[in-house]
Amino acid sequence: MHIDINKPILEKNDKLAAELRERFAENHVFVVDLLASPGSGKTSTILATIDALRDEFNIAVIEGDIASTVDSEKIKAQGIPAVQINTGGACHLESAMLKRAIDVLDLERLDLIIIENVGNLVCPTDFDLGENAKVMILSVPEGHDKPLKYPGVFQIAEAVILNKVDTAPVFDFDREAFDSSVRELNPKAPIFPIAATKGTGVEEWASWLADRIREA
Amino acid sequence: MGIISGVLDATLATARDAGAERVTAVNLRVGEMTEAIEDALQFAFEALSEGTVCEGAKLSIEMVPPKSLCFECANEFEHDRFHRACPECGSYETMLLSGRELDIASIEVDIPDEEE
Repeated sequence: MHIDINKPILEKNDKLAAELRERFAENHVFVVDLLASPGSGKTSTILATIDALRDEFNIAVIEGDIASTVDSEKIKAQGIPAVQINTGGACHLESAMLKRAIDVLDLERLDLIIIENVGNLVCPTDFDLGENAKVMILSVPEGHDKPLKYPGVFQIAEAVILNKVDTAPVFDFDREAFDSSVRELNPKAPIFPIAATKGTGVEEWASWLADRIREA
Repeated sequence: MGIISGVLDATLATARDAGAERVTAVNLRVGEMTEAIEDALQFAFEALSEGTVCEGAKLSIEMVPPKSLCFECANEFEHDRFHRACPECGSYETMLLSGRELDIASIEVDIPDEEE
């Protein structure tokens, strides 16, 4: 017998994501989901972003990793609330995991939640978490050809952070080729070149984010 | 893996409600703009369906090519993953109409009472 279903496969995830999105809106908290490869400097970028915005906004961080609490310890050391999600092997966060982390945060007093997704340029792309924006980080040593290899993540991102720009001369990174392939995939996304550990360029990225937070 | 466990959840629930003893086929509709890869889905399906009524079912995947609408000239056009500019007027002011699907279209089941 043939049975028609015609339903989104990720319906459960998407429904829960929609509920979370509503909760974020009610509490006027802006949620950004950071997607990037392992070692691209997600945690350093978050620390630099906290530095730039902590005077104006109340911030919390949710750290998604397969295992360990290394990253959330670094954030907590800055006096910022951080919740660690260990996916236990899963290569991306899903909205049910995020909900458990959100439930322990005091949404009412927060302005910004930064989610550090699991280091991966593929799977997190297809999973809605109820975030207000997905933003991706690519680091210079990964190479300027990444938009051609991982088009999905570059298309879904509302902004692209190019980290470790201070190492560009060493890695023969072709900035023009990178910019033009990002523009071809996602003409509206701004590109923010930064060196997170040195603080270079962070101001522009932080001011883009601050504008979005004020709208939330 | 996350995608296939969603497929199995929905399939098993539907099969149970229908009183099916065996699922013989699962038909998916997957947009080419998603990160789902046919081989990986097949592999995950085989691995995760083991020991369920879906074991041995045929997984068919219809890939949906991306299609967009141009806001400048109202042209509707198909494209690949990389090129989203309107081929008529070159505008990037476009909206994706299809290509991000991750749907279960239908399933085929054996129901004991049905057999003649």
